[in-house]
Amino acid sequence: MSVLDVIGLKKSFGKTEVLKGISFSVEQGEVISILGSSGSGKTTLLRCLNFLEKPDDGEIIVNGRSIFSANAKKPSEKDIAAERLHFGLVFQQFNLFPQYTVLGNLTLAARLRVHGKRAERISAVAEIEEAALSTLASVGLLDKKDFYPCQLSGGQQQRVAIARALMLSPEILCFDEPTSALDPELTGEVLSVIKELAARNMTMIIVTHEMAFAKEVSDRIIFMDEGVIAACGSPDDIFSGNAGERVNKFISAMSK
Amino acid sequence: MDLSTFVNVSLRLLEGFGTTVQIFCLTLLFSLPLGLIFSFASMSRFTPLKLLMRVFVWIIRGSPLMLQLIIVYYGPGLLASAMERAGTLNIIYEFAEYLNSFPPLTATVVAFSINYACYFSEIFRGGIESIPRGQYEAGQVLGMTKIQIFFRVILLQVIKRIIPPMSNEIITLVKDTSLARIITCYEIIYVGESFTKSQGLVWPLFYTGAFYLLFCGILTILFGYIEKKLDYFKA
Ligand SMILES: Nc1ncnc2c1ncn2[C@@H]1O[C@H](COP(=O)(O)OP(=O)(O)O)[C@@H](O)[C@H]1O
Ligand SMILES: [Mg+2]
Repeated sequence: MSVLDVIGLKKSFGKTEVLKGISFSVEQGEVISILGSSGSGKTTLLRCLNFLEKPDDGEIIVNGRSIFSANAKKPSEKDIAAERLHFGLVFQQFNLFPQYTVLGNLTLAARLRVHGKRAERISAVAEIEEAALSTLASVGLLDKKDFYPCQLSGGQQQRVAIARALMLSPEILCFDEPTSALDPELTGEVLSVIKELAARNMTMIIVTHEMAFAKEVSDRIIFMDEGVIAACGSPDDIFSGNAGERVNKFISAMSK
Repeated sequence: MDLSTFVNVSLRLLEGFGTTVQIFCLTLLFSLPLGLIFSFASMSRFTPLKLLMRVFVWIIRGSPLMLQLIIVYYGPGLLASAMERAGTLNIIYEFAEYLNSFPPLTATVVAFSINYACYFSEIFRGGIESIPRGQYEAGQVLGMTKIQIFFRVILLQVIKRIIPPMSNEIITLVKDTSLARIITCYEIIYVGESFTKSQGLVWPLFYTGAFYLLFCGILTILFGYIEKKLDYFKA
């Protein structure tokens, strides 16, 4: 059974229809890359999955259960708060909280979810900190735990952002151009963290302009064009030159 | 000038300065939270409230504080006597009479609080609107509630950004308190002037300047300290 089914997702901003009926599925442990030129709706798609935008039409199903349906009644704040945790999102601009240390960034949201008696709370917070330290170690930044974001390089900040997203154990982790805001020499460290997650069977949807990386890490590639999925297939299919003219043009433009 | 005059003047001025500090502290106490409420109102998605708030802010910021002070202090009394002459002794009359019974200090704090709340609300609004959307969205994606995001993520960044304009405004408030003398509030300038009128002494009035300088100096140091305290992060 698939972890995620997206069915007929549509989204307009005013008169412009940005998503014109997007449907795809993601299997457990699968890594999907989304390619497509600027303005094709990739960010909007990820934002819809993460409840930052409300789709006009369509359905989002996680583990066989509908978590969003345009036909169902409007979900409450509380429903959304619960359902959004199926997904994690790593932003292009990192969006770390500047006034918290690296460790604070990782633990803040989890700490706010802690309730109960004092003793329970203390042990829960201890667990969260422990989890944060091991997550930080997994992205190779344990030694930076007490640093503030402004003291880190862009690549380090993005690795912290990935660790922060991992803290809530999302079933599907989404990346929106995670290396686009980075200097070229810093993209490698972020991409290798993502590759490691792939090796650990994390289910991921990655919007990227890094062609070589997409080819290497993806199980499947979705090519978006003007709000529709114009092509979808294995990296070999997409990069074979037989996936259509738009795809070929895009890939050759990006690979220059 | 002998020492006893100097001590006497100093003590009297200190008394007036007490009133000045009182106006200052009470105004801050009320105008800071009121300003935050005003700023939310002026950013409201409910358009009539937003427009009403912005018009109100325009009126308050667009007219002299001295005039507002006079209206708050004398307005209710004028209204009450006009109504009395017209023979309409209804609840509005009662209310106007009640407001008219306020002492000058209360009227001063009311007028100052409303006035400064409007200035603060614009500073708060600018600060809140300058925080990138990504900060809210990162919080949302991590499952935080809107209130948690505001208090745990946004607020401190806003405070850091608004410290310089706020310190300006607050130092202006110190000196604006002297306007209260026109509605017979015995603040320090009023006391200083009284020596000129009763004893022909001008120097006590000049001497009041030292009190203001000292007060503003302390505030400047305090704001510098807060700024430094918040220097550990960039926002
Ligand atoms: N909040 C918004 N309001 C209006 N238009 C938007 C908004 N967000 C995105 N768009 C428009 O939707 C289109 C797709 O944007 P986006 O999803 O960011 O594309 P991509 O990530 O593929 O570059 C663009 O034309 C963009 O201008
Ligand atoms: Mg985008």
